[in-house]
Amino acid sequence: MEIPYTVKTRPDTGLFNAKLGIWLFLASEVMLFGALFSSYVLLRVGSPDWPHGSSILNVPLGTLNTLVLITSSITMVMAWASLVLKNFSKFKLYMGLTILLGLVFLVVKSFEYGAKFHHHMFPKESVYLAIYFTLTGLHALHVIGGMVVNAYLWGPGSKMWETDPQRFTNRVEVSGLFWHFVDLVWIFLFPVLYLL
Amino acid sequence: MATHSAHPFPKSSAHDLPFWRKYIFSTDHKIIGLQYGITASFFLFFGFCLMMLMRWQLAYPGQPLPVIGTWFGDANMPGGIMLPEFYNSLGAMHGTIMVFLAIVPLVFGAFGNYIVPLQIGAPDMCFPKVNAASYWAYFTGGVVMCYSFFVPGGAANSGWTSYSPLADIATEGQTWWLIGMVCLITSSLLGAINFIATIVQLRTKGMTWFRLPFFVWAQLVTAFLLLLAFPPLEAAGVMQLMDRLAHTSFFLPSGLVVSGKVLEVSGGGTPILWQHLFWFLGHPEVYVLILPAMGIVTEIIANNTRKPITGYKSLVFSALTIGFLSFIVWAHHMYLTGMGTKVSAFFQTTTILISVPSVIILTALFISLWGGSIRFTTPMLFALGFLPMFGIGGLTGIPLAFNATDIPLHDTYYVIGHFHYIVAPGTIFAIFAGIYYWFPKVTGRMMSERLGKVHFWLSMIFMNGIFLPMFIQGMAGVSRRWYDGGASYEFVQGVIHWNVFMSVSAWCLALVQIPFLINLFWSACKGKKASDNPWDATTLEWATPTPPPHGNFVVPPIVYHNPYDYSMSGAKKDFTPQNQPVEA
Repeated sequence: MEIPYTVKTRPDTGLFNAKLGIWLFLASEVMLFGALFSSYVLLRVGSPDWPHGSSILNVPLGTLNTLVLITSSITMVMAWASLVLKNFSKFKLYMGLTILLGLVFLVVKSFEYGAKFHHHMFPKESVYLAIYFTLTGLHALHVIGGMVVNAYLWGPGSKMWETDPQRFTNRVEVSGLFWHFVDLVWIFLFPVLYLL
Repeated sequence: MATHSAHPFPKSSAHDLPFWRKYIFSTDHKIIGLQYGITASFFLFFGFCLMMLMRWQLAYPGQPLPVIGTWFGDANMPGGIMLPEFYNSLGAMHGTIMVFLAIVPLVFGAFGNYIVPLQIGAPDMCFPKVNAASYWAYFTGGVVMCYSFFVPGGAANSGWTSYSPLADIATEGQTWWLIGMVCLITSSLLGAINFIATIVQLRTKGMTWFRLPFFVWAQLVTAFLLLLAFPPLEAAGVMQLMDRLAHTSFFLPSGLVVSGKVLEVSGGGTPILWQHLFWFLGHPEVYVLILPAMGIVTEIIANNTRKPITGYKSLVFSALTIGFLSFIVWAHHMYLTGMGTKVSAFFQTTTILISVPSVIILTALFISLWGGSIRFTTPMLFALGFLPMFGIGGLTGIPLAFNATDIPLHDTYYVIGHFHYIVAPGTIFAIFAGIYYWFPKVTGRMMSERLGKVHFWLSMIFMNGIFLPMFIQGMAGVSRRWYDGGASYEFVQGVIHWNVFMSVSAWCLALVQIPFLINLFWSACKGKKASDNPWDATTLEWATPTPPPHGNFVVPPIVYHNPYDYSMSGAKKDFTPQNQPVEA
């Protein structure tokens, strides 16, 4: 017997399997980052001399990266919408842009990291730097994970468009949900670490 | 779907797969369930062996362990005499292995994987490859944990709770412990997603929410606990790894003095943060250990009393309530940290609240026995044994829930006795019950009732021999961490003679598992042949061929009945299978 609802939605739940799966995964991710944000709050409340984020970090670069990620979320939606409209070449364009913007984000981030290391600002120097590197490092790992999946869907994985277009569209949707989540985490990270 | 009269086995069935695809890197939920079961049983035995070693040191402190004492090397047991560091490693790893590598994989990974898709009438789990990945992540975590015994300084030795700052400055084993935990958390995350998606999406036609067997409900709530409670421990694990490898100070306060020297770190962190994050997992984890056990026991009690479970819906809502409340009780493990009376008052209130649904479940199961024509089969004996054992474990928890009574009992053997009553004669008895109950479905053969009864009664005696004296010792003030069992503390001299009794009970408990092992292997080869439904049960796992083929059901089943329709008036037999069509 085949496993049902891998492509079609189940009528009473309105979901196909992978969509439920990714939402559950994101729920656990919320708990992971939620725990780290809570730790941030606890550490900050308990600290006598917590530095102002903008005195240590580069706010313009952080703002740039925020814009880059938000744009990539838009191109991600466009990629999925192109598939729904059966326009495969548009999909290739928008998905390619999404991956490129992810790459831009990582390059900017690595410049920021490099500048910090150059000034001997390592995680061990203070609890503020420790939580900064832990949160942004974990977030960067998520960006890389999302890019790997998107690159697969852009490249070899896109062959599925010929054989099973509905399933392929579902895959892009699921990958997109993850990408939006990664974007959303940054929307929280940026003010908490850079501005407050 | 009902008219799906095609071939029982589609082209891609497991029949033509090579051995390594069929049994090693399988994606069939039943094979993965068995892989989980076998691996976790090994760890259960391994964790028990660690404890038996510790019990020697507790009963005969400082005396060389005869015969095998010199096997452990001069770094651990010079001349067969256990060093304190090795004792600490054994304790930390006993807890870690039993909780994360033995009990959870058994009740969730093994029983859940094998039984849940069958009981809801599904061909497999929602994501079979993710399921396999979950097992292999678990296996990797287990290998890492075993490997950590061989690194310099031995395995993790800061207790299974790995409290910082002790764990921050501990030997290398702690780093491997953290890496192992990350693998195990990944595994249970993948498993949890799969279980929830499967139960939501793959219920067969007619399997409405309130026709689900209670075992499935219990697994569903368990999966939610694993999904949402484990990530904070992962966050904590990442931070402790940062503390250990990148020399950050998440859990290190300023001015920490180690061996007379101020530690050269930035400081500014807080050890309490680790405790909050650990117990945010740690307490839901307790219900991960007990809910599936309650599910197993419910199935067996309904089947062997031949009547419907009393208050099925109460059980379901109790399980859901437990699931919710278990997220807001964690700090009752931390009364001694001085959180303040208001916080303590909050957590003691929620902790007492959570005992209500647990008592409802236990009461419903007791009432279910009333007026039933009970069959005292081996699985039923273990299920019946579970009830009072869990009762003792639960009731002894109430003094620990209250701030005032908890403080003198904190970290004593009373606590050890309390939670072991829930997990050892509680959950492990439920595991044995489940093995005896579902063995005929897995192998097509019955286990020996005679050996099973010997196994049950002797296990019952020795389990209580180990854990009952712990309450006496704990109330006299024996600490759980003492390496000499209390020999050097004058105020406990009146109760430490129990140590020998408890240790001998533990070793005897190991011996009386021999009939079980003989039964398991002998019955698998030579046991009495079993029919597809040897217990005359109602739930869907008994509607499959034995053993169930890849894809489980010959024809997708349709459900017409409640899960426990035993002895229905007007029915021809004393059980009405869920998929038996209603006569017009």
